[in-house]
Amino acid sequence: MKKVYVNEKWCLGCHLCEYNCAFANSGEKNMVKALKDKEIHPRIHVEEDGKITYAVSCRHCEDPVCVKCCISGALSKKDGVVKIDKNKCVGCFTCVLVCPYGAVSPAEGHAATKCELCLENACGSPACVKGCPNKAIVYEER
Amino acid sequence: MNDIYINPEFEVVRNDSRCIRCRVCERQCANEVHSFDADGKVMISDESKCVNCQRCVSLCPTHSLKIVKSDCRLKENANWQDQTIKEIYKQANSGGVLLSSMGNPNPLPVYWDKILINASQVTNPSIDPLREPMETKVFLGKKPSVIDRDCNGEIINNLTPQIELSMPVMFSAMSYGSISYNAHKSLALAAQKLGILYNTGEGGLHEDFYVYGDNTIVQVASGRFGVHEKYLMAGKAIEIKMGQGAKPGIGGHLPGAKIVGDVSKTRMIPEGSDAISPAPHHDIYSIEDLRQLVYSLKEATAYKKPVIVKVAAVHNIAAIASGIARSGADIIAIDGFRGGTGAAPTRIRDNVGIPIELALAAVDKRLRDEGIRNNVSLVVGGSIRSAADVVKAIALGADACYIATAAVLALGCHLCRTCQTGKCNWGIATQNPELVKRLNPEIGSQRLINLMTAWQHEIKELMGGMGINSIEALRGNRLMLRGVGLNEKELEILGISHAGQ
Amino acid sequence: MKNYVIVGGGVASVAAIEGIRSVDKSGKIYLISGEKKPTYCRPLISYYLQGLTDFEKMKYRPDGFYAENNVELIFDKAESVDKDKKTVKVGDKTIKYDKLLVATGSTPFVPPFNGLNTVDKKFSFMTEDDASAIEKAVDKDSRVLIIGAGLIGLKCAESLSERVKSIAVCDLATRVLSSILDDDCAKYMQNVLEEHGVSFILGDSVSSFDKNTATLASGRTVDFDVLILAVGVRADISLVKNAGGNINRGIIVNDKMQTSIPDVYAAGDCAEGFDASINSNRVIAILPSAYMQGYTAGVNMAGGNKSLGNEFPLNAIGFYGLHSLTAGAYTGETYEEKTEKGIKRLFFDGDNLVGFILIGDINGAGIYTSLIKEKTKLTDEDKEKLKKSPTLAIFNSEIRSKKLGGVV
Repeated sequence: MKKVYVNEKWCLGCHLCEYNCAFANSGEKNMVKALKDKEIHPRIHVEEDGKITYAVSCRHCEDPVCVKCCISGALSKKDGVVKIDKNKCVGCFTCVLVCPYGAVSPAEGHAATKCELCLENACGSPACVKGCPNKAIVYEER
Repeated sequence: MNDIYINPEFEVVRNDSRCIRCRVCERQCANEVHSFDADGKVMISDESKCVNCQRCVSLCPTHSLKIVKSDCRLKENANWQDQTIKEIYKQANSGGVLLSSMGNPNPLPVYWDKILINASQVTNPSIDPLREPMETKVFLGKKPSVIDRDCNGEIINNLTPQIELSMPVMFSAMSYGSISYNAHKSLALAAQKLGILYNTGEGGLHEDFYVYGDNTIVQVASGRFGVHEKYLMAGKAIEIKMGQGAKPGIGGHLPGAKIVGDVSKTRMIPEGSDAISPAPHHDIYSIEDLRQLVYSLKEATAYKKPVIVKVAAVHNIAAIASGIARSGADIIAIDGFRGGTGAAPTRIRDNVGIPIELALAAVDKRLRDEGIRNNVSLVVGGSIRSAADVVKAIALGADACYIATAAVLALGCHLCRTCQTGKCNWGIATQNPELVKRLNPEIGSQRLINLMTAWQHEIKELMGGMGINSIEALRGNRLMLRGVGLNEKELEILGISHAGQ
Repeated sequence: MKNYVIVGGGVASVAAIEGIRSVDKSGKIYLISGEKKPTYCRPLISYYLQGLTDFEKMKYRPDGFYAENNVELIFDKAESVDKDKKTVKVGDKTIKYDKLLVATGSTPFVPPFNGLNTVDKKFSFMTEDDASAIEKAVDKDSRVLIIGAGLIGLKCAESLSERVKSIAVCDLATRVLSSILDDDCAKYMQNVLEEHGVSFILGDSVSSFDKNTATLASGRTVDFDVLILAVGVRADISLVKNAGGNINRGIIVNDKMQTSIPDVYAAGDCAEGFDASINSNRVIAILPSAYMQGYTAGVNMAGGNKSLGNEFPLNAIGFYGLHSLTAGAYTGETYEEKTEKGIKRLFFDGDNLVGFILIGDINGAGIYTSLIKEKTKLTDEDKEKLKKSPTLAIFNSEIRSKKLGGVV
């Protein structure tokens, strides 16, 4: 199962992953139209600690605690991907409370949001990886 | 003193209708040109700091940026041109020597562009490199003039150590210190994968890179930085650097600010001390002295390593090369006046030295005339820009080419020519860890491999077109070259006919 | 082939099925549920009343879950357990078990108020049926009185606030959400509810009802049309109690979720598991714990070996878009940050983070939770970083690279 892995050694803290993520999941064809003058809710975020930076997104855990704790049955894991059914999610954010990586976030509207590897959006594979200028984020089998 | 006479050289043009305020430009500019104004929610620029490296342009996800040359100009004057006047202002302000980086940018003749390559038609067939074998492998080193046999008639191997290259290109000297760890690693990795060599420059060899020793040329220069027995033994060959195309006749100066951590350790000098390479080697005042150093190094390495002597292309280069060829050196490297540098006095870079094309032709002819061409291999550098330049250099008599500017371009260099500031936004000419990490050697080495692979294909196609199937058969084959727009003297020195002849 | 019997149709039972099937793909599973419907998400009933979801979406698992897991559903009440014969009596049937899970959950606790029987429209707020009944009982002119300012009572208040005339919430405690928030934070949440028209009567209790009027201990009277009783719940422990198993407020279990009766397990709101925040056993009546306990029980029932991890109370609750996430114990050295947008409270005990309350900015809270769970040792520098925001920066590069670059 290919997943997104992060190597902080090469992370530049440029935050492009966040914007590429937000764009990929916007449903728009043009980045300007998708993101201009909007608050973005990317499913990956860059943490900074002084000069160290690294991107964090869903690890699609073997044993996903968010799925277990979801009170609405909106989170599930299928074919190795932890997904969220926004239709079922009521936005209680228990998932935010339990994700040990801080990789599930409250988004606009009622639902939580998280990385689903861009498998179902127009990008087809993780946009953060495609757009990373320094291979700090990779999508591979490990 | 703030210099009111110097206006920003560039303008940052932002298409605000496209800018999404992701601030990648701000985060990626080590010169702090861009900043975000939270009140007005706009990006603002301080153009006085811009060096036109275009890191921001490249990373802007919506392509909303461009950097243009400011059209703010002084009154036109063919003699007192804008640049000339600005330099006067700078010196009037600083009282110092002007510093520049990379190669001579001035519009002096590029002979490569005035030389054209032949192709086969009708009378001798061209070769399709996709269908027929095409050899780009070369061996550098002294070639024996006689075949020795033992009493049974078997050939005695009297070959001195040779360098085997998969193609006639090597990465030329750039020191660890002038360029980053990751840049070095990219070069080393690529050289290893490609079966060619890279060159340490005068910065010693970082202990992490000893594993790439078989693809490394270790340099001994006038400062002797980082030179020790293990270092000499680590490389495939040893290069004595007498001069450099970008700054013939002067030494080098890596400021103490860059002598930090591993750079200091690798150079074997204290942290923070300026690394000053003297203009001459203080023990070399003659060919005889050079010979002593060549043999000292050979002695130190048990005659297992070929020794390269690198000189800048200057007047009388043919005579100098003749002397080197008699010094025991195995290879002569000649660096033309367009060669790059991490920092050089501007006047030297732009006014000293001669074009590599003329130097190469003159040296090759002189060594042939003197019957000592096989004593040495010839490697030329100083702005080899493409596979065509390589082919022309080989046909003019070179055994192989050195490239450095092309290599750093492959690594992302945008030739902004401000290496001397140490704030390279591409992670190449810097020791700032935050900037160094911008060059991931996995990406860098792959781009170098791609470039060299592409050139190799092109070299094969050009050779195939001439009906030549090996570098060996192309070397010194000046009949394959013709000049355009060159005068009699130039053609005479280059040893080629004019196009149409 | 083993016979597994699960009593109760809540989340713990689904978790147990998933736990069993992670080890044993073929054993027979019987599920006995008094609530005659597939497992749904009980905490969502307030969202249902609010119109944010519907019964179809509230199903905890997709249709076909029971069939796919080869579970036989018995919609009936389990009456008793015979621990010697290892059987469960359900109506007129007797089902034999090799391993039994009691996941009977809890039932609303209704104090014996004087005159409660005179109240016409009175409801608990626990089940879909309760929600449906309330929905039918209220209209835009209803005055609603909710007894209990806990999670259930307040979620009920929020869900009804847009569709009724008035809502009053009465609780003996002097603050709302007294089990999960301290005074300040409770006040903060109370304000939000008040801004949306919910009124509070705190530190007071009902002494008697007379039809549509409640008389409080203070002497004050409150008129209402609809009464909702959300005082609390009681663990449903009768099956195990009657079979002679050890009980306290809940069914006593060990870290494998075994009760004192061999081959009988308990999980969910009826069980008293270990609460690391108080270092002893107690009922943690929240959905995540129900799942963890049920899953652990299931794995062990099927012959696997799993211990319940370090469990402690966790609560995610929000009103009108203002969210509060809490976890662990509120003891020890306290760090507090109050802004216009919310409150942050972190509780450190020595080298450990032991609890937190976040109101407003909740991003990344799970990092705090995991530090509590893993009892991660923190330096002063780490604590300073955590005070700013939950961050993986407290780990060294090597650990972090395993977390973000390894298979987890």
